Amino acid sequence: MFDFEAVLTAMSPELWLAGAGLIGVLLGALLKDGFNGLSFLFGAAALIGAAILTGLNFDGGRAFDGLVETGPFVNVAKVVSYLAGAAALLMAEGFLKRDETARYEYALLVIFAALGMGMILSAANMMVLYLGIEMLSLSSYVLASFHRDSARSAEAGLKYFVLGALASGLLLYGISLVYGFTGSTAYADIASAEPQMGLLFGMVLMITGLAFKVSAAPMHVWTPDVYEGAPSPVVAFFATAPKMASMVVFAVIMFTAFPQAVAVENWQVIIGLIAAASMLIGAFGALQQTNLKRLLGYSSIANMGYALVAVAAGAEAGASALLIFMTAYVIASLGLFGGVLAMRRDGGMVEQISELSGLIQRRPALAVALTLLVISVSGFPLAVGFIGKLSVFEAGLEAGLLPLIIILVLSSVIAFGYYLRLILIMWVNDPIERFEPVDGMVTGTVYASAIACLGLFIFVAPLSDFAGSAAQSLLP
Amino acid sequence: MDFPILSAVTFLPLAGAVLILLVRALTHSQSSEEVEDNRVLYAGLIFSVATFLVSIVMLLGFEIGGEGYQLVEEVAWYGDISYKMGVDGMSVTLILLTTLLTPISLVASIGSIKTRLTEYVVSFLVLETFMIGVFCALDLVVFYVFFEAGLIPMFIIIGVWGGIDRIYASFKFFLYTLLGSLFMLAAVVYMYLAAGTSDIVALEAYRFGWQDGSPWASPQTWLFLAFFASFAVKLPMWPVHTWLPDAHVQAPTAGSVILAGVLLKMGGYGLLRFSLPMFPEASLFFQPMVFVLSVIAIVYASLVAWRQTDMKKLIAYSSVAHMGFVTLGIFSFTEIGVQGAVFQMLSHGLISGALFLIVGVVYDRMHTREIEAYGGLVNKMPIYAALFMLFTMANVGLPGTSGFVGEILTMVGAFQASTWAAAGAALGVIFSAVYMLTLYRRTVFGEVTNPALETIEDTNTKELICLVPLAAGTLLLGVMPNLVFDVTRESSLRALQMLGGG
Repeated sequence: MFDFEAVLTAMSPELWLAGAGLIGVLLGALLKDGFNGLSFLFGAAALIGAAILTGLNFDGGRAFDGLVETGPFVNVAKVVSYLAGAAALLMAEGFLKRDETARYEYALLVIFAALGMGMILSAANMMVLYLGIEMLSLSSYVLASFHRDSARSAEAGLKYFVLGALASGLLLYGISLVYGFTGSTAYADIASAEPQMGLLFGMVLMITGLAFKVSAAPMHVWTPDVYEGAPSPVVAFFATAPKMASMVVFAVIMFTAFPQAVAVENWQVIIGLIAAASMLIGAFGALQQTNLKRLLGYSSIANMGYALVAVAAGAEAGASALLIFMTAYVIASLGLFGGVLAMRRDGGMVEQISELSGLIQRRPALAVALTLLVISVSGFPLAVGFIGKLSVFEAGLEAGLLPLIIILVLSSVIAFGYYLRLILIMWVNDPIERFEPVDGMVTGTVYASAIACLGLFIFVAPLSDFAGSAAQSLLP
Repeated sequence: MDFPILSAVTFLPLAGAVLILLVRALTHSQSSEEVEDNRVLYAGLIFSVATFLVSIVMLLGFEIGGEGYQLVEEVAWYGDISYKMGVDGMSVTLILLTTLLTPISLVASIGSIKTRLTEYVVSFLVLETFMIGVFCALDLVVFYVFFEAGLIPMFIIIGVWGGIDRIYASFKFFLYTLLGSLFMLAAVVYMYLAAGTSDIVALEAYRFGWQDGSPWASPQTWLFLAFFASFAVKLPMWPVHTWLPDAHVQAPTAGSVILAGVLLKMGGYGLLRFSLPMFPEASLFFQPMVFVLSVIAIVYASLVAWRQTDMKKLIAYSSVAHMGFVTLGIFSFTEIGVQGAVFQMLSHGLISGALFLIVGVVYDRMHTREIEAYGGLVNKMPIYAALFMLFTMANVGLPGTSGFVGEILTMVGAFQASTWAAAGAALGVIFSAVYMLTLYRRTVFGEVTNPALETIEDTNTKELICLVPLAAGTLLLGVMPNLVFDVTRESSLRALQMLGGG
């Protein structure tokens, strides 16, 4: 007997997104180019609607015989991902219009990517997980090469596709091994199976595939290239919503499918190593960069390393820290990419760090907001990023991951080298000509994220309580 | 709940900064950047003077000799962490030092800072908020936030208005301090997890693990070292002092005043507030190490100061030496030594601040800090020479000035703990006389050799407004040191009590 009510409580946002996506396709087919202008609002409305639906069914449920299962923990990630996706979509419109690539397919691809995120977050079964990941990835590949006339964008799309396909293959291979040794693809069955070599082998392959999706070292090499090559609004999307979703899914799989003591011991070491490598590569890699987008790419690698410290700390210590950290990271990243989108000069986008020279004298408000965002993403006090890093610290220490914490400290100091350089260029260097004005959506997002970073720092109690109780739902 | 006077003192400068920014944003369209005038400096001055007055009100509300922390405010923040503020005698004196030095440094900036005044004033006011916050915080995490946040405005002050190598100096300053602080952060988180609170009062009562005989296996040792890493850089102690001369030389005069006057004191404050009460056994264990480092700092920095050709660098190294007395006094674990250390911090804040102003006076006129370029200033600038003489003597530690009281007490304290350490420190006193008097002789006495000095003018009213209060303070504290001791006695004794009570 098909229980439609259970389906609604478990994944109404995904049903809504699927419906919206299909309606969007129909509208596109009927209205043709007439839909281009409206599609961005349509897409944003669909995503915000999905976020609201998630909020309404916040406690989640089980459906499809346990193929999907949602709870507060993943629903927090859903809400943040959907809202971030909506903001990134709204920021994209003005940019794409100027390049005359504001086509409705963009919004539809974002909707389908969001649907993929919803699916992986809802999954309680490897098959659903894989389908969702492919949905998200295929939409992302197209988005990365959305500037079809630009060689850079095409290159970014191709690189992303080739490496992404490899990672998907590894993930699938891992899933098949896990299936072969446990006889099931459901997380719960895998969790109760006897851990043996083959299962662990499959788990390692799965970690490899997932590490690619969150751009953790050593599967990070695509990140700077794709960040640099893909159109900026697309990168604003990549850096926020899918990051949040993939990272939380990473944690959910580790926490719920592989909770056996032997498995935990193994994945804790592996994820610890991945985290350490990401933190160091992200910190050192960014030092050399002169392109702001590349720099943010490396910065995201380092930040994913910090987030993985929370994952390595395990469900009990790390789950709420992960939510706080990732939420803070997504907010700051949105604002920073808004800053990238605001860098427009002589009719084109500029991406070099030096273009920010003396911003404080030309656009004081923008410079102050960007400074605050840089402070937040670097985890320095005065912005919510600090609370995120503090939580990760706490999680790591509670789990006794002292070596990781030491690497975290050292890489943070190195990372400050380039974050400071950004502040320095904005505040100290001699001003150059003003940026051309961009639409209010972009600057609005920058200011809103900066205010959110500051506001959530001062009034962080609701966020931390909320993350704490959401994380509770993950524990048995 | 009473009026939150501590929050008022702390955040008044920040409110001023926001107000100035708003006014600037509203009037920005009418005035182009080039015609920015001194009005914004006066506005900043009004706010910092107001802060000083409010801090006086705070002092009046503070019961001298009262037990524990006073004027406590507490608002829940998140988790078990709360925004908790409160002061004891030691913090009150340091807050007053901060609120006194900030307006003075703003006055000193009139005329000598000509570009981007709004950002300058805003940076100073924001910095003042964070400095006061450091001394008020009664929660470890809140303390950390203020402690770290102060780096950014100072980074900008050095980076924007500094000398030629300002970028290098500001980066070095920031990253050095940050590295130490992040280790402290790790320790803070550990303490929070172990004790279940980050409340400083509760942590003072909590005993962190210590095993006699195997110190390296005890958590306290590592916590002590993590905090020490941060405070030693801040103070700074040898061998992590190398950021200080660079930062001082490159910073604008007012930045140097704040840096030497207040920021260095945070290190000593931290040692007294956290290391001694919270890690008593580890503090005792590391006493010999700190003594050795302090004596090296005193002797080595004094010798290096002697060889300097740049006036600011000389005073910067003399700061390192004088901070050595502070650590020596603190780790003597005697009442007289700790009281002396607190006094020395206060006195050094006045004297070194004044000395940087003194250098700034001639730098503004001649645009060089090379000692070689001067000589015979007494013929052209008699008032200047007299003030310079006063602060030179105070820095040397001449009786009658505050420098004497601090040095003699810390040395007496150190003598009780270790004769050798006191003997080494005494050597430093001799050297300090050597380099300060050499500096004074070469710049002030002798013939006017540099023709450019022929037209140099004596100190003007603005400079006197800055220097006279500091001179008065130096003399007053030199003659009546009990003004300070009465206030700080209670907190010094408390720190020592916890040390013994472990």
